[in-house]
Amino acid sequence: MTSLRAGQEQELLTHADSREFLSFVLGDEHYALDIMSVKEIRGYEPVTKIANAPPFLKGVINLRGDIVPIVDLRLKFDVGEATYNEFTIVIMLNVAERIVGIVVDGVSDVIRLTDEEVRPAPEFGVAFDSRYLLGLAPIDEQMVILVNIERLITSDELGVFDRQNTVSDAAD
Amino acid sequence: MSIDMEQFHGVFFDESQEHLDEMEHQLMDLNLEEPDAEQLNSIFRAAHSIKGGSGIFGFDALTGVTHVMENLLDMARQGSMTLTTPVVDLFLKTVDTLKVILDNYRNDEEIDQSLADSTVLQLEAVLADGDSEPSAGGLGESDAAAAHEEEQEQGFGFFDDADTKPASLEANTASEDEDGFGFFEPLTAQEEKETAQQVEDEQGFGFFEPLAEGSQSVTEEQENIDGFGFFEPIEESAISAPISEEKSVTPDVVSSSTKPVSVPKVESPPKSKPKSKPKTSAAKKPSGKSGATESSSIRVDTNKIDSLVNLVGELVITQSMLAMIGSEVQGEAEEKLQSALTELQRNTREIQESVMSMRMLPMHVTFNRFPRVVRDLSTKLGKKVDLQIEGGNTEIDKGMIEKLVDPLTHLVRNSIDHGVETIEKRLAAGKPETGVVILRAEQKGSSILISIIDDGAGLNRQRILDKAIENGLNVDVNMPDEQVWKLIFEAGFSTAAEVTDVSGRGVGMDVVRRNIEAIGGRIEIESHQGFGSEFHIHLPLTLAIVDGMCVEVGEQVFVVPLVNIIESIQPNEDQIKMISNDKLLWIREQYWPVIDLYKTMQIDNAITDPTKGIVVLLESSKKRFGLLIDGLLGQQQVVIKSLEQHYKRVSGVAGATIMGDGGVALILDVESLAASVKIPIPEAEVL
Repeated sequence: MTSLRAGQEQELLTHADSREFLSFVLGDEHYALDIMSVKEIRGYEPVTKIANAPPFLKGVINLRGDIVPIVDLRLKFDVGEATYNEFTIVIMLNVAERIVGIVVDGVSDVIRLTDEEVRPAPEFGVAFDSRYLLGLAPIDEQMVILVNIERLITSDELGVFDRQNTVSDAAD
Repeated sequence: MSIDMEQFHGVFFDESQEHLDEMEHQLMDLNLEEPDAEQLNSIFRAAHSIKGGSGIFGFDALTGVTHVMENLLDMARQGSMTLTTPVVDLFLKTVDTLKVILDNYRNDEEIDQSLADSTVLQLEAVLADGDSEPSAGGLGESDAAAAHEEEQEQGFGFFDDADTKPASLEANTASEDEDGFGFFEPLTAQEEKETAQQVEDEQGFGFFEPLAEGSQSVTEEQENIDGFGFFEPIEESAISAPISEEKSVTPDVVSSSTKPVSVPKVESPPKSKPKSKPKTSAAKKPSGKSGATESSSIRVDTNKIDSLVNLVGELVITQSMLAMIGSEVQGEAEEKLQSALTELQRNTREIQESVMSMRMLPMHVTFNRFPRVVRDLSTKLGKKVDLQIEGGNTEIDKGMIEKLVDPLTHLVRNSIDHGVETIEKRLAAGKPETGVVILRAEQKGSSILISIIDDGAGLNRQRILDKAIENGLNVDVNMPDEQVWKLIFEAGFSTAAEVTDVSGRGVGMDVVRRNIEAIGGRIEIESHQGFGSEFHIHLPLTLAIVDGMCVEVGEQVFVVPLVNIIESIQPNEDQIKMISNDKLLWIREQYWPVIDLYKTMQIDNAITDPTKGIVVLLESSKKRFGLLIDGLLGQQQVVIKSLEQHYKRVSGVAGATIMGDGGVALILDVESLAASVKIPIPEAEVL
């Protein structure tokens, strides 16, 4: 019965405008993205290179039969060191009905935030352009930068999707 | 009881489409001198089913047209009206109208009411002619039935053909009793519950069948048939009387309602879909009396099959990964493991084959439309054309069938318009006045060959060359025939003396070639002036798997489709020539431009010296060229995976596949690689 109670509490919390985020590390900065867009987290594995792709697009891998592109955010935003070893982490995202993997320095935690806890994003000082940010949140005396991962992944800047395939562009 | 009717729309549209195809097919088949009763019946039934269904869903435009059509068909069926070519033409036109309206409904578009109205008017005109003839009692009855229908059309065209009073009376009660669901009517409360249960159980399959007419009489026969419980009569005595009468008046109605039909299959051998709607048989077990003639099939969403195909693809990959690991195992376990792996390999291959075969459809699905095309066109052009269809049973991937329709239609129209000569010309040339167009499909190894052959005038070499020069194409008067024929695939090319609505706009052949290439096929032409021309379309068996050569460049593996490979060689120093910065390879008495794959694919640590690597000679539809690679790894069937699903199109790459080790290999797109060849090979000069 206790477990049921706990489950109910959790449900209540969910209703109270709070969302869960997965926080990750890029260089020295802590970021977080909406956990609902995370498909899975896995280690880095060798990729198949794609010709004429930007350097941050490492290539494609086989994710249980799906051919999935891998983007190294460290290269894209020029933070951290783009080394690949057994500790390199890839977050598999489900964005706009597609799967994209992003390489990050590390995954730290799942955090729960209410709308009140989220502060507006600064205009500068972060590797990401502010239009890809949802805001900032203080966690344990640290600032976590909330990323609008869907907008980032589907952006022209990243160029992972064909122009005509991105939802926002179709509306233009 | 509230049922969301929307959820059945899809099924209704699919079904109606099938009915319309069936109607068209039967109409084409109809022998006007001695119309076959069973054929007329099945046309009537198809019309009636559409009417019934559209009535339920409130698709009034469909109901309106089918209603008049049905009356007319009923007269024809009962022999009170003679079928003539104009009448059949009108029916065919009506089928076209219905298709348009059905599409309108399907796409939520505005209904072309004027089209529907004009069709109804035309049908009514014929109906009026027929009416004026002194006719048998049957006609009167059908009029009476029509009257009933008018009354009940609102929402449920179900009991419409109830010729007998008790039935129609009950029908009326029904309409009063239950809003919109007249068909559950003659039930007590308890039975109604059962019905509702059943409807739920059946997921809506059985229940909007055209059971309606004659259902009273039918029910008795059906009492013991699974799935028809809800039509059980309550007052058997009241119904038993009309049975005999009704049977004698409209005997077909009975068979139409006892859906697992006893329609002899022989009547209509090439059928786009199994005669009795698959879902019907899925919903209820074939009843004893008709089960024997029915092939059991079910309707499955293609997406489900596609995902099964994908999963099996995964299974094949997992199996080859296992085999790799198994080969490393040493000692006692080795032998056991090997035999288990062999077993696994055999089973996976069989699963793969049978799953692939689920996607396959016989070619006659496409071919069946052509008798109509040929009939319409030859009448219009005043030519006599006999269409012969061969190999309709050849199976081909469903995805390709849909994409073949347009190119084939164009080629057949072309053959009739340009190929087959007018009657006078044929007679003058000493040919029989009826031209022959053969549409043939056959399987050749792992590819499908579709041929469109006519015995017409053949392509006119001089006219094509003149036109090519006029269009500013680079041609040579001494070009070999095959190259001359290829010119007709150029955009904007038409040698038709004048533009008709049949052909001559010059968009056609170019589109034909592109459509065929899009599904991995190629087209060849053979032509002999005065004797006719042949168009051969070569297609891969399936779109999901390609026969490929795995090649190595640097550390990466690529797959080159086998169909494009002519040969692979290791060239000598003196075979390599350089023009500015482009490599040329002298072989087969020709200079071949060479593409360095390591450059195109930006790969480091690859072999750059052609004499140390391998040059694969490739042929695309436009160009021939060589491709420099490090080495050949071996031939393999690979499952094509889309790169675009999660990423985007990459130039020079047709897709990707997963190799035995779980890694990804890119499949090269020879056509787009060819486009990057800068030096055109002036083949004619070299020859």
